[in-house]
Amino acid sequence: MSAIIMDSVTLRYGKESIIEELDWTVPEGKITVLIGGNGCGKSTLFRSAARLLKPSSGHVLLDNILLEKMSTKEAARKMAILPQSPAAPEGLTVLQLVKQGRYPHQTWLKQWSEDDEQAVQKALRATSMLELSGHPVDELSGGQRQRAWIAMTLAQNTDILLLDEPTTYLDMTHQIEILDLLFELNEQEGRTIVMVLHDLNLACRYAHHIVAVKDKTVYAEGAPEHIVDADLVKHVFGLDCLIDRDPLYGTPLCIPFGKGRRAVTG
Amino acid sequence: MTIGKSVTLLLIGTAVVVVLMAASVVYGYTDTTWKGVYDSFTAFNGSNEHLVIQTVRIPRALIAACVGASLAMAGVIMQTLMKNPLASPDILGINSGAGFFVVLGLVMFGISGNQSITWLAFIGAGVAQLLVFVLGSAGREGLTPMKMTLAGAAIGAMFSSMTQGFLVFNEAMLDQALFWLAGSVEGRSLDLLLSVLPYLTVGVFGALLIAGKLNVLSMGEDIARGLGLHIGFTKIVASILIVLLAGGAVAVAGPIGFIGIIIPHIARSWIGLDHRWLLPFSGLLGAALLLVSDIAARYMIMPQEVPVGVMTAVIGVPFFIHIARKGEKSR
Repeated sequence: MSAIIMDSVTLRYGKESIIEELDWTVPEGKITVLIGGNGCGKSTLFRSAARLLKPSSGHVLLDNILLEKMSTKEAARKMAILPQSPAAPEGLTVLQLVKQGRYPHQTWLKQWSEDDEQAVQKALRATSMLELSGHPVDELSGGQRQRAWIAMTLAQNTDILLLDEPTTYLDMTHQIEILDLLFELNEQEGRTIVMVLHDLNLACRYAHHIVAVKDKTVYAEGAPEHIVDADLVKHVFGLDCLIDRDPLYGTPLCIPFGKGRRAVTG
Repeated sequence: MTIGKSVTLLLIGTAVVVVLMAASVVYGYTDTTWKGVYDSFTAFNGSNEHLVIQTVRIPRALIAACVGASLAMAGVIMQTLMKNPLASPDILGINSGAGFFVVLGLVMFGISGNQSITWLAFIGAGVAQLLVFVLGSAGREGLTPMKMTLAGAAIGAMFSSMTQGFLVFNEAMLDQALFWLAGSVEGRSLDLLLSVLPYLTVGVFGALLIAGKLNVLSMGEDIARGLGLHIGFTKIVASILIVLLAGGAVAVAGPIGFIGIIIPHIARSWIGLDHRWLLPFSGLLGAALLLVSDIAARYMIMPQEVPVGVMTAVIGVPFFIHIARKGEKSR
């Protein structure tokens, strides 16, 4: 079962081709993480899956339906997206932000229903944003702000959730907090989650499926414990490293070589 | 902002506009009284007082209200569409564009007639807006608020200077054109307003219809697309509404500045960001500001009048600064 299918997709920005005739699928009900170096094309791939970038040739299928045959609102009821560092209008409160997530469920006739209200409350509760719901989004801390945006995408109530670097600019505590939240959403509700992450170790810990992007194409994909080794890291990131087992979770742990101080022992 | 509070603000705004329209009919150089106004409707006797009320003051009040409301609402739509707090029909050259085309028609082609002026203003507003988009999008990083403001300022200056150029060549038409260009709600005919009114009405109701879409658009294009908004469609509709509202306002009253930029900010600080409330409230505040400015313009250097565009700035700017400072402090 596939949530998103890309069929021979070519992606371009102007004349510059980024991805050439790629066939790629996103497994349903899993957490899929895109990794790769800066400028490798993973963001472009993400934007195309998120229907923010139209392929110049090829097709994208969402829920086994051709994207171009679907209205934008219909697509928005199946898939919610959170782009990198979104900006809310100054002064917009958390509640107002989260309410916007119900837009694809509204029509001219049906403006605000009981379903809408419940979805918003549920999203606020899931992200622990109930108490902060009256606060302006631009006055929140980085982690709270990200939770508010995630609450908006949750209110959209979609089976598929796409997030572009949801942990960037967050401190360690808040990174774990956001990833735990997404993990639970997958675990408890079976939602398909696709995200771009920079931290390889966290990617290995949370992802069922890792997609390594290099040189405008998918270099390797599969379960982290099957595909992530020193060879992959060398090829995808150009970095020498030692891959060990995460002592807590048993997932691959990347320890990069480089310069640095040796610990004073004894 | 609760619904009750928003409704209250709209009701107060409506009441203020009604009172100001009445005041605009009663107060001015010719002595008139509230009773005289009433009599002019019930027992018109052709006296100087009744004539002034019916043919000068009432059109003036109606025009001020409609033009003020249109400019303010056009400003709100522009600021959201362009993600730019400085966007407004005057700053981005829309008013000058409309002005230039009207003068071009008047002076070079001898066009007159209300419908022609209206359409010239629409074309001018549309051309100016298109130019701002094209010029502002040039270069690598696309359309940024900064580049758009610069493009708008440049295009506004270009149209203004071209307008002046035409007037130098054709002095015979100077008086008529200058009178129109001064930006005023005085001495404009009710016929002109009536010929523009259908377009303004479409503009106002169209704006209210897409208010929900503007809310979504204000969250940024990627988010809006993710929420299933048809970005292209919304932007085109919004652009047409701006042309109708701003172009229509200029056709009636000439280019009047400051309302389009100041009112949306004042309205937002009172009623919040939700366009479903913000648009109607801005319309009311815009009408109120132009009515007050027009009344004040009659008394500043009596018996002469100050151009109303000057008064909108004199009255609006202190308000604007007050709100900007309040915003600064709450940070």
